[in-house]
Amino acid sequence: MNKILSNKKAIVFFILPELLIFLFVVIYSVGCSFYYSLHSWNGITDKVFVGVQNYISLFVNNTDGFLKAMMNPLILAVLSVAIQLPLALFLAIVLARGIKGSNFFRTAFFIPVLFSSVVMGQLWSMIYNPNYGLLNAILENLGIIKTGIAWLGNKNTALICTFVAMIWKYIGYYMLLLYSAVKRIPAELFEAAEIDGATKFKAAWHVIIPLSMPSIKTTVVMIVIGALKAFDTIYVLTNGGPDHATEVTSTLMYTTIFKKNLYGYGSSMAVFIVIECLLFTVLLNLWKPKQYTY
Amino acid sequence: MHTSAKKVKKSVSWGQRIVFLFLCIYTIIQLYPMVWLIFFSLKNNKQIFGGNALGLPDPAVFENYVVAFENAKIGTYLVNSVIVTGCTILIVIVLTTMGAYAITRLKWKYSNLFLLFITTGMMIPVHAALLPLFISFSRVGILNTRIALILPYVGFALGLSTNIMALFFKTIPDELEEAAVIDGCGIGKTFLFVMLPMVKPAIVTVAIFTYLDAWNELMFANTFINKAALKTLTVGIMSLVGEYATSWGPIGAGLVIATIPSIICYSLVSKRLPDAISSGAVKG
Repeated sequence: MNKILSNKKAIVFFILPELLIFLFVVIYSVGCSFYYSLHSWNGITDKVFVGVQNYISLFVNNTDGFLKAMMNPLILAVLSVAIQLPLALFLAIVLARGIKGSNFFRTAFFIPVLFSSVVMGQLWSMIYNPNYGLLNAILENLGIIKTGIAWLGNKNTALICTFVAMIWKYIGYYMLLLYSAVKRIPAELFEAAEIDGATKFKAAWHVIIPLSMPSIKTTVVMIVIGALKAFDTIYVLTNGGPDHATEVTSTLMYTTIFKKNLYGYGSSMAVFIVIECLLFTVLLNLWKPKQYTY
Repeated sequence: MHTSAKKVKKSVSWGQRIVFLFLCIYTIIQLYPMVWLIFFSLKNNKQIFGGNALGLPDPAVFENYVVAFENAKIGTYLVNSVIVTGCTILIVIVLTTMGAYAITRLKWKYSNLFLLFITTGMMIPVHAALLPLFISFSRVGILNTRIALILPYVGFALGLSTNIMALFFKTIPDELEEAAVIDGCGIGKTFLFVMLPMVKPAIVTVAIFTYLDAWNELMFANTFINKAALKTLTVGIMSLVGEYATSWGPIGAGLVIATIPSIICYSLVSKRLPDAISSGAVKG
C-alpha cells in the first residue's frame, strides 16, 4: 500500500503541472517586479541599476502623490471594517436565526457581489451622473438640491462616493461568510441564553459573537486586504481623479507603469503593495480569537 | 405575572417587526440600482435626459438590446468571457485535484512544505505580476491571445483552490483507497474513479471562486488584450462606454447582458453557496 502511494514518478506527475504554472505566474513574476524595482527603466532603453532609489522616491520628496495614494486604501480599510463588518454580522445573525423570507433576503443581499466591478462601476457612474443620475434625480425630487451635483467630478465628494459604491457591493459577500458561521452554532445554546432571561440582543452579544469570532477575524482580514488591493471600481469610476482625490496605490502604479512608462519606479509600487499585504496579513494574524468547541 | 409575560412577548414581536422593516428597506437599497439599470437599458436618450431618469421606460426601447448585440459586439465579448472563464475553471480543477491528491494521499517528505509554498499565492496581490507577465508575454508573442488571460487566472487561483481541495481530500477515509488498491487499481485509476467522485463539493466550491475572479477580472484583461475580437466582457464594456458615449441605452443593455450569466450561475449553486464561501475562507 505505502509502496504504491510513495511512487516517485506518480508524485512528480501529480504535482509538476501545478508547480510549473505557479512558479512562472506567481513566484517568477514577483521576483521580476522586485528586480525591476531596483532599476531605472522605461521599457525600451537598457535598465540602469539604481539600488533602492525608487523606494526612497516613494517616501522622500515625493512629487506624484504616492503618500496620498497609500493613505486612501487605509482609510477605505478602516471605513469598510467599521461599516461592512457590523452590518454584515447583523444581517447574518438575523437571517441565520431564521426570519421569515430569509432565503429571499439572502439572495437579494448577495446579488451586488455577482455584478462585475466594471458593470458596477458603470452603474454607479450613472447614479452619480450630474445630468441624469439617480442620486441627483432623487435629491431634486425631494427638493433638497436645485441643480445637479457632479459627485465624481468634485474633489470633496469623489472619494466618499467611490467608497460608498465599493462598500455597498461587498456587504453581501461577508454576510454570507458570517452566515454559515452563525448557522453552525447549535440552536440550544442560543435558546438556553434566552431562557436564562437574556434578550435577543444580549444573547447575540454574549453567545453568537464570541462563538463566531474566528470567522469574524477571517472577515476582517479579507476586508482589509481587499481594501489595500482595491483597483477595479476606482479605475472605472474615476481612475484616481479628479486631481488624485481618489488615487489608490494600485491605480497610481498602473498609471506610472503604462501611462508614464516608468517601469522601474512603478514596480517599486507593486512591490510595496505586496509587502503591505503580507505585513497586514501577519499583523492581523497576531490576533488569535479564543476557539470554542461545541 | 400573566400580563408582564404578555408584554415581553409583544415587545419582542415589535423588535422583530422593526428588524423585518429594516431588511425590507435594505433590500430596496441593494436591489433598486439593478432595477433602475434594467429600466435604463430600455430607454432612449430622450427619456434618459428628458427628466424621466427615475421612472418606468415609456415606451420600452427593446432595440437597445439589438444594437448591443449587432453593432456593439456584446455577443463576441460574451463568448470570449465564457471561453476564458470556462478554460480557467477546468484547468484549475485538473491541476488542484491532482496537486491536492498528491499532498494529502501520497506519501512524500515535502508534501506539507509544497502546500505551504502554494498557499503563499493567496497572499500575493496580482499587481506584482502585471508588468513582468506583460513583458514575458510580449517577448513570447502571446499578448492578445486567450492564453495570456487564462495563464495568470489559473496561476493566481491555485493557492486558494489547492487549500480547499486538500481540506476535502483529508476527510476521505483511508479504507476506500485501500480497497481500491487491493482490487488492483493503480494510483491513476484510484484517483480518477475513487477519489475524484468523493471531492465533488470541493470542485463546486473551487469552480465558484474561480468563476467570480475570472469572470470579473479587469486589470490583466485590460492590459493584455486590445484586439476587439478577443476582448472579454469587462474590457468590452469599457470600450463600449467609450464608443457609444452618446447613446446610453445600448450601454445599459450591455451591462444587463453581461450580468445575466452570473445570475444563472448563482441560481444553479445558491443552495450550496454559504457553505462554499465559508470553506473558501480557510486561511484568509
